[in-house]
Amino acid sequence: MKKLMLGNDAFARGLYEGGCKIASSYPGTPSTEITEAIAKYDEVYAEWAPNEKVAMEVAIGASIAGARSFCAMKHVGLNVAADPLYTAAYTGVNGGLVIAVADDPGMHSSQNEQDSRHHAIAAKVPMLEPSDSAECRDFAKLAYTISEEFDAPVIIRTSTRVAHSQSAVELCDREDNGLKAYEKNPAKFVMMPAFAKKRHVVVEERTEKLIAYAETAPINRVEMNDSKIGVITSGISYQYAKEALGNTVSYLKLGMVNPLPAKLITDFAAKCDTVYVIEELDDIIETHCKKLGVNVIGKELFGFIGELSQKIIAEKILGKTAETVTYPEELPIRPPVMCAGCPHRGVFYALSKNKCIVSGDIGCYTLGAAAPLCAMDSTICMGASISGLHGFNKARGAESEQKAVAVIGDSTFMHSGMTGLVNIAYNATNSTVIILDNSITGMTGHQQNPTTGKNLKGDVAAKVDLETLCKAIGINRVRVVDPYHLAETEQAILEELSIEEPSVIISRRPCALLKHVKHKPALKVNADQCKSCKLCLKLGCPAISMRDGKAVIDHTQCVGCGICMEQCKFGAICE
Amino acid sequence: METKSIMIVGVGGQGSLLASRILGTVLLSQGYDVKVSEVHGMSQRGGSVVTYVKYGEQVNSPVVTEGEADLIVSFELLEAARWVSFLKKGGHLVVSNQQLDPMPVITGAMQYPANIVDTLTGLGIDVTAVNALELAEQAGTAKASNVVLMGVLSKKMSFDEQVWIDALTACVPEKFLELNKKAFALGREVIA
Repeated sequence: MKKLMLGNDAFARGLYEGGCKIASSYPGTPSTEITEAIAKYDEVYAEWAPNEKVAMEVAIGASIAGARSFCAMKHVGLNVAADPLYTAAYTGVNGGLVIAVADDPGMHSSQNEQDSRHHAIAAKVPMLEPSDSAECRDFAKLAYTISEEFDAPVIIRTSTRVAHSQSAVELCDREDNGLKAYEKNPAKFVMMPAFAKKRHVVVEERTEKLIAYAETAPINRVEMNDSKIGVITSGISYQYAKEALGNTVSYLKLGMVNPLPAKLITDFAAKCDTVYVIEELDDIIETHCKKLGVNVIGKELFGFIGELSQKIIAEKILGKTAETVTYPEELPIRPPVMCAGCPHRGVFYALSKNKCIVSGDIGCYTLGAAAPLCAMDSTICMGASISGLHGFNKARGAESEQKAVAVIGDSTFMHSGMTGLVNIAYNATNSTVIILDNSITGMTGHQQNPTTGKNLKGDVAAKVDLETLCKAIGINRVRVVDPYHLAETEQAILEELSIEEPSVIISRRPCALLKHVKHKPALKVNADQCKSCKLCLKLGCPAISMRDGKAVIDHTQCVGCGICMEQCKFGAICE
Repeated sequence: METKSIMIVGVGGQGSLLASRILGTVLLSQGYDVKVSEVHGMSQRGGSVVTYVKYGEQVNSPVVTEGEADLIVSFELLEAARWVSFLKKGGHLVVSNQQLDPMPVITGAMQYPANIVDTLTGLGIDVTAVNALELAEQAGTAKASNVVLMGVLSKKMSFDEQVWIDALTACVPEKFLELNKKAFALGREVIA
C-alpha cells in the first residue's frame, strides 16, 4: 500500500524496516520528526539526549554493543557531535550506525546555512542524500547495509524540502537480525595513538573501496536522454532540475555524495556537450568534477546562497521566465513573533524597557530580538548566551555587569548552557543569567527534555531541579519569577543586575501552546477607557492592534495571560 | 496530465498543516502522484507560512514558484496579496476575510493595506472571498476556519464530496469529526 509520508516519517520507517534498535537524538528543525516517528515503533528504543554529542555517543556505544543504531540532528548539531563522529570514523562499527543530518538551505529555522557535506569529507565517512520520501525510506535501510559492509558510520543528509515534504512511500516489513556478537577489541575501539595510527590506514583503504562502490552503486544513476545538456545533481536539486528540464536533458543523479565516483562522472560528462552541476549551497560536486578535469558549469550560474528551485534552473539554463501578476503596493512583512500568551514576553519587555544588553541563545525566545521589543544583542549558537556574557563582562567589567544579562531556554541550558554557568561561577564574573523555563523544548515543536520530568515516550522520568543544579554549580543567588507578573519580573532583574555576585533568575511558566495549559477567556478593551496611548502595543503581542484609534484584542489569539492588563495605566483592558 | 499546483497560505498557527493533509489525502486516494511541502519551526510562530500541494502523473519538485499555482487558498487577506504573484494566469484565489495585523502594522511602522479583495479582483483574478471565521464559529469553533476553506476549495475541484469526507475522517481526531464535517459543509455552501 502506498502512503503519503513526510520525508522524516519515511526516514524513520526505513530505519525501522532496516532493523534499528537504538535511537538517540537532540531535536533540531528540520530533523526532529525522524526521532519522534521512530519512537512510535515498539521494537525500537528511542530517547531525547541532552545534546547532539551525547546522542552520537549513545548511538556509537549501542553500535559497539552490536545494535543497529541511529542518531539525528540538524546541520549545526553535527558541529556539536563532530568530536565523536571524527573518531567513530576511525573505529568503524559493530552494529550498523546511521546518522541523519538535516541541512536548512534558505535558513527557514536556523542561524546559519552550512553545508554538512564538508563534515562527511573531513571525517572520511560515506554520506547519502535522498531526494524524496521514498528515497528517505530506501536510503535509511541501505545505509545500514553500507555501514556494516564497509565498517563505517553512514551519514544521510537531508534538507528542509526533503525532510518536510510528503510524498508516496511503499511500506515493507521489518528485518531484524538481532544483536551482533560483542567481542572486546581494543585495537579497533580504543583510540589511543598506537591503535589510532593503524586505524587511519584502514580509513584510507576504506575510502578507496567506497569510491569503487560509488562507481557502480545503483543509487548513483544515469538517465540518458538528449546529450546536448548533461546535469550532475543530487538530493532535492535533482527534483528541481527534473521539473525544470524534464526528459529533454540527461542526468547523473548521485545518491551518494561522499565519496564521489570518478569514472562514472568522466564517462557521463564525455557523452554530453555541456555539463551543469546543480547543487544547493557549496560547490562540492563541482570542485570534484574540476579536480577530475571535467569542464562543468555550476556556481557561476547558481551561486552559493539559499535554496534552488525549478524557477531558478529554468531561468538560468533555458532562459525561461513565467508570467506573473504583482500586487500593486508595498506590503508589510509578517515576521514570526512570540505567540499571544508567550511567557517569554514579560522578561523581554522588562529587558527592553531597561535597555539591558542581552546575550541571546537559540530557541523561540530568539524572537525577542524583533521589533518592538528589540531586546537582544547577540545570538551565536546553542549555549553561547551564558559563556558569551562572561566574556563580555570580563571585557567591560562592572559597567556591563550592571546592565547585561544572558537569556537561555530550559532545553538549551541543559544542552550546553550549564558548562558556561560553571565557568561564570569558577572564573567569577558578576553575571546575571535568566533561564527561561517554559517546561518544554519549544521552537522545534514541543519535545521533552531533562527538566520536564518526562521522556520521549511521554513516560515519567527523572527531572533535573534547576535551582539545586545552579546552586551546586556555585551560584548562591538563584530566584524564581513568574513572567506573567511584569513588575515582579522587572524588579528581580534590576536587583540581580545591581548585586555584586553571579546570579540566576529562573523565569518559570509553561509554554502557552502546551496542550495541558489551560487558557483564560480572551481579554477585552473597554473603548471608552482606552486613551490610545499605545503602551499595550509595546508588548509586541500579536493579539493586540489598533482599530479606529483604539486598542482591540483579537479573541481568536488572546489566551488571557493578563500582562496587557497590568501594562494598561487606565484600566481599559478587562476580562 | 500536467502537474497541478495548489498553495495554502496564511499565518503560522492558523491550521494550514491540517488543511494540506486533508487535501493530500484526497489527491492520493484519486490515484495521483502527490507532494506536499510543509513549514515547521520558526515561521510557524505567527509568521507568513505557505504550504504547497502538487499532484499529477509524476510530481518532481515539492515547491511551487511564481506564476505556477492553479489555486491559492489564503487564510488571511494580507497573505493573499503577498502570494498572488505565485498564481498562474487564469488561476483561482479563495481567501478568508480575516485580517491579522503583522508586527510592522501593530508597531505603527506600516499600514495594513486597504481593499485587498477589490485590488486583487482588479488584477483580473477570480477571487472568492469567504467569511471563514464566522462560518467556523457557527460550526462550533474559530479553529475550524481551515476546514471551512477546504469546503470552499472542494467546490473549485472536481472530486466527489464523499472523497473529501473520507479524507476528513482519516485526518481529524474522531471527537472533532462532527464539528469539522459541519464546518466543511458550511464552506461548500459558499459556492452555489
